[in-house]
Amino acid sequence: MYVIVILLGASLLVATGFLLAFWWAVRSGQYDDTYTPALRVLFEEKSVPTDTENTTKPSSEIQHGG
Amino acid sequence: MAGTIVTEELACTHCGARCRDQALSVGGDVFCCSGCKAVYELLHSAELSAYYGQATPPGIKPSAEDSSRFAYLDDPAVSRKLVDFSDGETDRVSFVIPQIHCASCVWLLENLYRLNPGISRSQVNFLRREVSIQFDPKIVTLRQLVEQLAKLGYEPRIRLEHFERVERRDPRRSLYLKVGVAGFCFANIMLLSFPDYLNARELEQTLFPLVFRIAMVILALPVLFYSASDYFRSSFYSLRSRMINIDVPLALGMAALFGRSIYDITINAGPGFLDSFSGLVFFLLLGKLFQDRTYERLSFDRDYKAYFPASITRRAGDSEISVPVTGLIVGDRIIVRNQEIVPADSILISGNGSIDYSFVTGESTPRPATSGAMVYAGGRQVGTTIELEVVKEVSQSYLTSLWNSATYAKDSRRSISTVADRFGKYFTAAVILIAAATAIFWLRRDVDIAINAVTAVLIVACPCALALSSPFVLGTAMRILGSQNFFLKNAAVVEAMATADTIVFDKTGTLTINEPERLTFDGAELSDEEIRLIKSLARHSTHPASRRIDAEFQAEPAAVREYAEESGMGISGLVNGRSVRLGRYSWAVDDTTASANGSQGEGSVTYLAIDGQLRGKFRMNNRYRAGIEETIRALRADYSLAVLSGDNAKERGRLTDLFGANTPLRFDQSPHDKLNAVDSIQSDGRRVLMIGDGLNDAGALKAATVGIAVSDQAINFTPACDGILEASQLHKLNKFLLLARASRNLILASIAISIFYNVIGLAFAASGHLSPLVSAILMPVSSVSVVLFATLGTRLAARRIGVS
Repeated sequence: MYVIVILLGASLLVATGFLLAFWWAVRSGQYDDTYTPALRVLFEEKSVPTDTENTTKPSSEIQHGG
Repeated sequence: MAGTIVTEELACTHCGARCRDQALSVGGDVFCCSGCKAVYELLHSAELSAYYGQATPPGIKPSAEDSSRFAYLDDPAVSRKLVDFSDGETDRVSFVIPQIHCASCVWLLENLYRLNPGISRSQVNFLRREVSIQFDPKIVTLRQLVEQLAKLGYEPRIRLEHFERVERRDPRRSLYLKVGVAGFCFANIMLLSFPDYLNARELEQTLFPLVFRIAMVILALPVLFYSASDYFRSSFYSLRSRMINIDVPLALGMAALFGRSIYDITINAGPGFLDSFSGLVFFLLLGKLFQDRTYERLSFDRDYKAYFPASITRRAGDSEISVPVTGLIVGDRIIVRNQEIVPADSILISGNGSIDYSFVTGESTPRPATSGAMVYAGGRQVGTTIELEVVKEVSQSYLTSLWNSATYAKDSRRSISTVADRFGKYFTAAVILIAAATAIFWLRRDVDIAINAVTAVLIVACPCALALSSPFVLGTAMRILGSQNFFLKNAAVVEAMATADTIVFDKTGTLTINEPERLTFDGAELSDEEIRLIKSLARHSTHPASRRIDAEFQAEPAAVREYAEESGMGISGLVNGRSVRLGRYSWAVDDTTASANGSQGEGSVTYLAIDGQLRGKFRMNNRYRAGIEETIRALRADYSLAVLSGDNAKERGRLTDLFGANTPLRFDQSPHDKLNAVDSIQSDGRRVLMIGDGLNDAGALKAATVGIAVSDQAINFTPACDGILEASQLHKLNKFLLLARASRNLILASIAISIFYNVIGLAFAASGHLSPLVSAILMPVSSVSVVLFATLGTRLAARRIGVS
């Protein structure tokens, strides 16, 4: 029966992990704008570049009207 | 009769505007202007034509003005103020771009780095119409950045207010975290309380209860010290200022719950009430979150700085440079072009001034100004370019001095005493009395029971349901009003609206539509030939009446000979050999001694004479908003009304018909007059709901119990206010006020329900029988039922009133 204490600790540990993830998400501003990201998923290309993408631009051209 | 033959409707590939004969076509694509074509080609060459794939023609026609107007951005003092962050390598700047309207806009603005190597990253906040750009100041300057945006049709709106950096921290972030922590702890504490709920006696002898309870205490600590901290802080401040608000009994209840639980657990008397405690905090914070509906795109705290331009063209010797308006000093010569705003009180040096003060004074027709005339800040020049000499600095000008008045020195966070707060005062007194009585009763018999009973009273009396009722009623009401395009600054405004007993209206732009005025002709119907004569003559004058008449008629203008215009009198000329005279009565009949009989001062009247014969008169009347008559009639029954107009008294007759003879109508009111008028009404103990639209109402809106700004589009400029009402919804005002009153009644009803629960709980508590289980059931049941009653009741009331 004492195993329940270990399980208790384990479950709290996992839950705390989620709490910390939530904390990080809020602090990093993910809840500040809940509208624009919904538009962003419609884009075909990645819109926010990393440093490497900045120098090598994607060459695939999307045809107008396509 | 129109001469244009539309063969085919062509839509501009870039902006979607219809273009007919003047279309430019390039390889099958059609453009309405060279600006659109340039943007299209630019995007095409940068492999950004996916812009056009997102939604049908998303483009914005770029402005044709030349880019020298951005020269002030080269001033290091200006760029330092505008840039949010700078470390020498990268700068970060945010611009408001009202043109952002679709997914394509977001896509293009986030792909700016492909157009300009100096831009490393850009991110759009759609609701705020804001783009934040990271760029390398060594490759691209701030000015080049703004020019680039303007070239694409996304010219940022830079106003004087952007020179003042406001740290915008999102208060919701901390509320989210507090709710998250409270919810996490609440759920886990409940889980750990299960053995106690199930009364698992066989566990009593083992170590489990102790381990579980220690875990519960550890989980309850962040709830007490983090999530609930605002309640303790608020009740501390309210006690210090000797104003008991609803947070005091709440904090008392929380402290009693927590303290009693720790006491029980330490002496091993039971599991305590930690589940009730954390649940209480969680539900209360949820209520706060629900009430805290914010409208990202709207700003309720604007002053003149949001309206004034950031830059102006200054004459320096023979050259013209664009400078920030904050740098203007007395004696500077400034150039103001068509549709530009005069930023400081000045004297007209040269040019034909025609200053539209509608935003400042509410007067609807532009006022002519000649050399040497004083032009006040906030006026908009209509017509040709003028040159002025600054006589007062921006912050000292006539209009801006309004913001130095006492109303603005007052704490901007006007405290609205809510029903719940006023009730909280008596509630706290009652709770303390009952607790004291319980203590005295039990202390004579048993100290342990006394402690139990007193803490139980404090726990049960915690006005949880009461504290939840008003956030949910007001939050729901606010959402319903928001769906009707009536946006409130915060939920407390609903309550303030319910208490208003006087409604004060502004006229221009609020009751009436700004432009164009309605033109009517009194006299026999005009023939096509006569219309042609009138239009031919009227088009030569810049007088507002002539321009209105010119705009009214469609005809091919003929040549005018012997044209004459006398300021303040009228215009005359020979068209096709016939004499046409437009203007005052004495001018039209060409007899300086003549005067018209009757019907003077009713709208502005322009007389017409053709071939020496008086033909009739044009009358220009303000156009009132649709449905306003029924609304005013409905409001007259319940409220005392008043009108404060910055315009002259020419509409007095119509307004008297509309408002009735007993309604005070004041005309020629300056912004200060309006502020004082509202103050004097309120000094009689009445509560004013002020409805206005322009900067001239800003003081009155601020002084009133509730200030509501009417706007044709909510995203447009509105002065500081408590609520923004879209003009098309103004006719529902009486319904909105009914809903506000219904909300207040619902709060009172929820208070009755919560008292009912408190009485049941108190019966348990005062007799010393409040077990953790009873508390664990009573707390959520009362909270949930009050929340349901509040939200459903408000929705039902809204449907009955007809605003859902």
